Amino acid sequence: MDIKISKIVEDMAPSGIRVFFDLVLGMKDVISLGVGEPDFVTPWPIREKVIYSLEQGYTSYTSNKGMIELRRQIAHFLQQRYALAYDPEEEMLITVGVSEALDLAFRALLNRGDQVLIPEPSYVSYSPVVEMAGGVSIRLPTTADQKYKLTAAQVDRACMDAPGKVKAFLLNYPANPTGMSYTKAELNALARIVLKHNLVMVTDEVYDELTYDFDHTPFATLKGMKDRTVYLNGFSKAYAMTGLRIGWVAGPAKVVGAMTKIHQYTMLCASIDGQMGAIEALKNGRRSVDEMKREYKRRRNFMVGALNDLGLTCHVPEGAFYVFPSIRSTGQTSMDFAQNLLKQQKVALVPGTAFGPSGEGHVRISYAAAYEDLKEAVNRIKKYLGNSTS
Amino acid sequence: MDEILEILANDARLSAEEISRLTGKKAEDVKKAIKHYEQTGAIVKYKTLINQELVRDAGTFVRALIEVSIVPQKNVGFDAIAERLYSFPEVTSCYLLSGSYDLLLVVEGDNLHTVSSFVSSKLAPMENVRRTTTHFLLKKYKEDGVILKQKPKSKRLNISY
Repeated sequence: MDIKISKIVEDMAPSGIRVFFDLVLGMKDVISLGVGEPDFVTPWPIREKVIYSLEQGYTSYTSNKGMIELRRQIAHFLQQRYALAYDPEEEMLITVGVSEALDLAFRALLNRGDQVLIPEPSYVSYSPVVEMAGGVSIRLPTTADQKYKLTAAQVDRACMDAPGKVKAFLLNYPANPTGMSYTKAELNALARIVLKHNLVMVTDEVYDELTYDFDHTPFATLKGMKDRTVYLNGFSKAYAMTGLRIGWVAGPAKVVGAMTKIHQYTMLCASIDGQMGAIEALKNGRRSVDEMKREYKRRRNFMVGALNDLGLTCHVPEGAFYVFPSIRSTGQTSMDFAQNLLKQQKVALVPGTAFGPSGEGHVRISYAAAYEDLKEAVNRIKKYLGNSTS
Repeated sequence: MDEILEILANDARLSAEEISRLTGKKAEDVKKAIKHYEQTGAIVKYKTLINQELVRDAGTFVRALIEVSIVPQKNVGFDAIAERLYSFPEVTSCYLLSGSYDLLLVVEGDNLHTVSSFVSSKLAPMENVRRTTTHFLLKKYKEDGVILKQKPKSKRLNISY
């Protein structure tokens, strides 16, 4: 039988670098700077709690919204840290990572044809989740010259270009793949345009704890923004808990309620043991977060210095664990650079084009790797550059 | 703790230039700070943490923790007695503790016999030493925050978004 796939999925652009990923995964003894997750394992107190929960028989469903104790802990944390008040009963939802939360947010918000503004280069799933929800993603390219920061003028222009059609604005900061983040002043400038065009904000702030040079400002803390912001975050990056898949949403009760409706029919709930680990992370994980952050910051400083020395210019990224250097000096495309470097020197990184066409001429380097590996990788990149220019 | 000390405590091999790269401080300033720590004695020595189990033949190296109860000396208290004890080369560490005994010594020797004879001939008969309890160390799992067992290999994929 010739099974027909849905049009929406058929039309979805396939990942252009799948072949490259397969090449990396099939190769041995690679130094990988291509990983979008911490190199630390989940801190032991959290793992120990998860193991204990399993031993105690915590293997059931939880409430759709997630364990109330976890929602209360998150609400308490947001109150203490950012003076943000959310009702854990009505304004919060525990999801299977921020990935699920993104999907829920757009399915809850969009009608067919609604436009969503998405900065570029950006994380690979943003446009597809918008399109699967029937929306249209409007990608706003950013460049190294603007430090990959979207300007208020760009957002304003995009809204003027399609009057009344832009429904939402998705902002990720600190950002994957560029590592850039926004200061409070920069966010305030964006917030004024959000207000002017009456946009709904969806923010992916999963790297918030990994902000190195200034304090992270959640978008919902800005004046007038809380009741129009769907605030997404999770435990993956700060607590090195990627595989435990726990994310959360805080936002207006109406939106969170709508997201919960979809979540209960599709996901039912996030894993109970992941949730137990998340509760422990909030109770006793601070020390680990601070230690990891200090370590990432040093590696960032090292990588930025080393890459600039090699002529692969990059700004100092303010957060996450990525550097996004230009490889234009080599005259190669980002895909060629990544492939040749992998084949000749066994260093894996991700071509910038994986994150949208505006990533051309750049590569994403993850410094979530041991310092010794970073040093060796830099040596190998140096060798590669020596060979490819001679 | 100062970041330079924190970095060196974890890897003493790093040069001032590397520390400068990691911290964003000027190499000159890092050198000066290290010199200062060395001169004031904050940095005592640079040494290597060795897993003895992997470099010595089993049974040829013995380590014991020894609890020592003492009678403090007039005017000088515990310090003078501690000094007499830690001056023996067999004593590799010496701590003054609160609780049911006073000093905790770490004593090393080539075999059980050398350690026990050190205790019976040197430690126990010493004036002011009231009582000793010797615990032979069977296995070391973690030292100074470092787990001695080799880390399991990373389970991450080599590439992901």
